[in-house]
Amino acid sequence: MSMLKVEDINVYYGNIHAIKGISFEVNEGEIVTLIGANGAGKSTTLNTVAGLLKPATGSVEFEGSSLLGVPAHKIVNRGMALCPEGRRIFLQLSVQENLEMGAYTRSSAEIADLIADVYDRFPRLKERYKQIAGTLSGGEQQMLAMGRALMSKPKLMMLDEPSMGLAPILVEKIFQIIEELNKAGTTILLVEQNAQMALSIAHRSYVLETGRIVNMGTGDELLKDDTVRKAYLGG
Amino acid sequence: MLNYLINGISLGSVYAIIALGYTMVYGIAKMLNFAHGDVIMIGGYVAYCATSYLGWPVLFCVLASVVVCIVLGIVIERLAYKPLRNASSLAVLITAIGVSYFLQNIALIIWTSNPKSFPNMVTLPPLVIGGLQISSVALVTIAACIVIMIALTLFTGKTKMGKAMRAVSEDKDAARLMGINVDATISLTFAIGSGLAAIAGVLLCSAYPTLMPTTGAMPGIKAFTAAVFGGIGSIPGAMLGGILLGIIEIFGKAYISTQLSDAIVFSVLILILLVKPTGLMGKKVNEKV
Repeated sequence: MSMLKVEDINVYYGNIHAIKGISFEVNEGEIVTLIGANGAGKSTTLNTVAGLLKPATGSVEFEGSSLLGVPAHKIVNRGMALCPEGRRIFLQLSVQENLEMGAYTRSSAEIADLIADVYDRFPRLKERYKQIAGTLSGGEQQMLAMGRALMSKPKLMMLDEPSMGLAPILVEKIFQIIEELNKAGTTILLVEQNAQMALSIAHRSYVLETGRIVNMGTGDELLKDDTVRKAYLGG
Repeated sequence: MLNYLINGISLGSVYAIIALGYTMVYGIAKMLNFAHGDVIMIGGYVAYCATSYLGWPVLFCVLASVVVCIVLGIVIERLAYKPLRNASSLAVLITAIGVSYFLQNIALIIWTSNPKSFPNMVTLPPLVIGGLQISSVALVTIAACIVIMIALTLFTGKTKMGKAMRAVSEDKDAARLMGINVDATISLTFAIGSGLAAIAGVLLCSAYPTLMPTTGAMPGIKAFTAAVFGGIGSIPGAMLGGILLGIIEIFGKAYISTQLSDAIVFSVLILILLVKPTGLMGKKVNEKV
């Protein structure tokens, strides 16, 4: 069953036509990735699904109900979380406060349990719970951003460039965590420039180019696809 | 000497309470609400009317003033600033100045330009320690400032809403993704700032009992100076900046020149900004990539 269904959305930044009629869907339990070059519209697509941007036309449905016109701060309650590009953690708040914000719509009784879960998954964050988030290393900040998104117990977790700026060993760790989350029942929609890594864990994938979907298939299919190899995997 | 110091701290406490409004609104909406000083004036008039025409007891007058200013603050934000949320900061600044003049002229129409003599709302006996006599207004002002400071620190540090306020001030879109209602949080900030302005208005007019439509303008500018002085966006900074400014002003009046005291105050601002552009407690957190 399709959990997220995006149909023919068009998104503009002022006069710039950033997304030109994109349609895709994410089924329950899947890892789906959107790959493509810088400026292809990947982040714009995620931000539109999360309600930060409004599509001029088209529809976005989550679990059968439309998200159009729903303000961004109400979407998280439907069971969808976005871990945004550049992490966007609250640098002046402590690690624990960042996590608390992730569960803003939940009761304080629930928050304690959720925080314990996140600390189980990211023991490093527990060690640093009092520290101001701005003082964390890049990898730790990414873990915090993911932990914060998990605090809302999302059914669908969207991740925007989680590997950006991280050392290769950390990138692997992050992808491993994404796979673990998926195995534990979270559906994943992943945007990545690191196409190799993204395709290797994805069930299905869409290739974006200047605001359009130009190719799609399973992760393996696209890894073997000549045009994809040339454009995104370095030959 | 000690008397001057206490007067300075007392005046500085008023500036600090006003500066908190500036700094909180700046922190969250990234705008300078130049109408803030005029909200103080409105607060003063409301308290004046409540006591002089209606004969209400002091606490009710203060409460009425706080309530009116809170509503006023929220309405100003909704009508004047919210439509400009994505506009250039210059447009917002000009609008704020416009709101400031609007409020002054409304006051001019309702209360005329004749100065009203504000009744002292703090009618307790002064505190006498040895040869030192401290007026009750000064004491109440300093106490109010301390209580407000502690309350705000606890609010922003411990409560969910307060933390959300800090989150919004740092990154609005990220806050939205958390499920935080950004518009409501901004309204709340204006409400708190304006409520504080009302309290500052009553305290200011109790100490300096001439109430005119322009009464709020100068303290407003000075409190803004205090907020910048302390590091705009920082709550302890506003507090420190306000109190230091009050002390500088009183000592400037006492030892240098009464006429030049305002010039001294603003010179100090310029000096501080030359040496430390972020203000005394202004902080800068660098983003890691």
